[in-house]
Amino acid sequence: MRIPKPESWVEVRPEGLYVRPGRFHVDPTRPVPKAVITHGHADHARAGHKAVLATPGTLAIMAARYGVEEGQARQALSYGEPVNIGEVELRLHPAGHVLGSAQVSLTYRGSRIVVSGDYKRRRDPTCPPFEPVPCDVFVTEATFALPVFRHPPDSEEIGKLLHSLALFPERAHVVGVYALGKAQRVIRLLREAGYDAPIFIHGALQGLCALYEAQGVALGPLLPALAREKEEFRGRLVLAPPSAIADRWSRRLPEPVTAVASGWMRVRQRAKQRGVELPLVISDHADWDELCQTLADVGAPEIWVTHGREEALVHHARAQGIRARALALVGFEEEGQ
Amino acid sequence: MKPFAALLDALIFMPSRNGKLRLMTEYFVTTPDPDRGYALAALTGDLNFRGAKPALVRQLVAERVDPELFGWSYDFVGDLAETAALIWPERPTNRDWPHLAEVVEALNGAGRAEVPALLAGWLDALDATGRWALLKLITGGLRVGVSARLAKTAVAAIGGQDVAEVEEVWHGLTLPYEPLFAWVEGRAERPNVAAGAGFRPLMLANPLEERDADSLDIALYRAEWKWDGIRVQMAAKGGERRIYSRTGDDISGAFPDLLEAMEFDAVVDGELLVLRDGAVAPFNDLQQRLNRKSVTAKMLRDYPAHVRLYDLLFEEEEDLRPLSFDARRLRLEQWHGRVAPKRTDLSPLIPVSDIESLRHLRAGARDQSIEGLMLKRADSPYLAGRPKGPWFKWKRDPLTLDVVLMYAQRGHGKRSSFYSDYTFGVWREEAAGGPILVPVGKAYSGFTDEELLRIDKWVRAHTTNRFGPVREVEPGLVFEVAFDSAHPSPRHKSGYALRFPRIHRIRWDKPIEEADRIEAVAGLVAV
Repeated sequence: MRIPKPESWVEVRPEGLYVRPGRFHVDPTRPVPKAVITHGHADHARAGHKAVLATPGTLAIMAARYGVEEGQARQALSYGEPVNIGEVELRLHPAGHVLGSAQVSLTYRGSRIVVSGDYKRRRDPTCPPFEPVPCDVFVTEATFALPVFRHPPDSEEIGKLLHSLALFPERAHVVGVYALGKAQRVIRLLREAGYDAPIFIHGALQGLCALYEAQGVALGPLLPALAREKEEFRGRLVLAPPSAIADRWSRRLPEPVTAVASGWMRVRQRAKQRGVELPLVISDHADWDELCQTLADVGAPEIWVTHGREEALVHHARAQGIRARALALVGFEEEGQ
Repeated sequence: MKPFAALLDALIFMPSRNGKLRLMTEYFVTTPDPDRGYALAALTGDLNFRGAKPALVRQLVAERVDPELFGWSYDFVGDLAETAALIWPERPTNRDWPHLAEVVEALNGAGRAEVPALLAGWLDALDATGRWALLKLITGGLRVGVSARLAKTAVAAIGGQDVAEVEEVWHGLTLPYEPLFAWVEGRAERPNVAAGAGFRPLMLANPLEERDADSLDIALYRAEWKWDGIRVQMAAKGGERRIYSRTGDDISGAFPDLLEAMEFDAVVDGELLVLRDGAVAPFNDLQQRLNRKSVTAKMLRDYPAHVRLYDLLFEEEEDLRPLSFDARRLRLEQWHGRVAPKRTDLSPLIPVSDIESLRHLRAGARDQSIEGLMLKRADSPYLAGRPKGPWFKWKRDPLTLDVVLMYAQRGHGKRSSFYSDYTFGVWREEAAGGPILVPVGKAYSGFTDEELLRIDKWVRAHTTNRFGPVREVEPGLVFEVAFDSAHPSPRHKSGYALRFPRIHRIRWDKPIEEADRIEAVAGLVAV
């Protein structure tokens, strides 16, 4: 039997990647009959699909975000477990991005394509680490695909935050974090660094923090930041979505030190433009070195690049003798964290 | 380098002036000589390296990084020093971080051919923040939101001194300023400086409040016009000639015409103006000459510079500042009569009889070149800074317009959650479709915290469009804005710009139809 060419069975459609012999999409941006979802971030996991396949963690996150969608068929698949959809054998492997995040390994008549979704390579106390899966085509993100992005060790960044808390005990420290993944990881990292005081959290974070706890990620004492006296926040840590920090919500805080935990904080002018006083370079995406390392680890002779700074990663891959092309998928967030 | 890099990194993100001061003072207290002296020079812009240019940084990076990847990275980051610092592929090295002094001294001692290897060695030893600080340092222009004056203020704060004291001795000092630090730390006498053509801190006036005017013993004061230019100090000593702004910035480069006229040995204080045929040109004309490194022959011809003198600080070696205003004025008149420097004249004294006649005079001063009156105590010595009492500025009443709020922008720092910067407009009749609003200016002061809260709420409730941090609002709120003068300007769609606009009153009550029209602005432009 001839091994089919990858582009003959996985194609780019306006609504996203489509696996023809299985008649399903991966992370489609519009409602489809059957969707395989890599992880729970809103630009990958949308509402309205007829049938959904994902890890138990991702399904729990989607249920928390969208409620239980009526008439939707949900199939949970654990890491490593095979399932056949038509002629396609599908497995999910850890992507190390957020709780439940998975790479989708697709095998069809001897040809294997791995769709990695978003991923990172460094340790994350809230999810299992990325597993390289040998394949013919590796589909990769490129959010931080420029050699200026080299994320420092998390412990250094958490150390900066704790140092500032000690330096300005009279001020609240508000940290802008994405509600899914980043918030819980930052909390876990703080706990690991020995910070055991209660942490105040914005309402938008509460549901997902409770979900992480229920999935076995202990977060320590958390308090809602709702309806409190200003004085209570002095010298305390408050976590909130970045959008709340620059807005009226933050007025309840006494002289807050504004921190944001994001890979974009690496670039000073960007951090400054956003009015950030304490940039923390903590990202759930692979940095340049991790992306390059992953291409080497996976060893695929061809890569497809989904979203981010595609041209730089394509350029690098070609220089390594890897066939590479940008997929030009639409609908993924430029600033996705 | 580590403390210096940490300082720059902290400064760039610190929004408040006091916070910046605290960071710098802490650095100066905890960092030994000579590192702190070099840091101070870096912050005041007094450190220059000839051999290290941006082109060299590019060249070093190009030797190690794929040019395509560097190009995309530079496009994304937008700043050469930061791009190079982040992208630099470190090679393993046993070297420690260099000290700041080591960097400065090695660069100054190095031949042009040695600089690249020196730099590359340091870049390998440093981390990304260290590299950024190093590259900012050597390519000039730290851009961390610190003026030379603020850095000097931080040094003065070590010993509780006033910044004027530091400025006074500054121009006699040399790198790395060890005697300066010894003095502010109380370990040595004030550095004894023959300041030459150095800057002497200016004496500044306090505003005279209307209610205080009547209680002033006017017989003790002398009056002058307050000219609408910029305060300058001309210092010519020992063959050196300099012109300084009121904050001590050397602006000589932009005024070769004045430098040429400084055929004297003295330090004088005056107002820089553009003067044509004996008449003072609008402030706008003077602006054409400001903030320039060099100046064309055409500009010199079209905008001739002139200094209207107020005071004489030094005549040859004699320091006149301890003398009374009257004594100095007499000396100024005698000196000017004798030396008669070109491109200068004396600001005339106005006869003073009583406060009522002065008030009358001030109100009548509608001449564009006059901002109001200065009142100076006859017996006051020339004191650095802004002492309370001896000098008053008595500005004429501001002009006002009723304008309509058009756009509101988020503020910075403490105000980042508030829409606190307001663009406002006046009505202009269109050929078709009735009157439209055209912007004439922007103001972000003149209201209380409570008023800000209320305007912010109003803006959010009346937003029609968003552009990033800016909201367009439906016409509905009238401000009475106060400003010093109105000028034709291509910058605004209305064709006019206002000088120093601020919110005078918020007219919650006023219907927008009753706000001013463009013709009212035109009428306020003085001829």
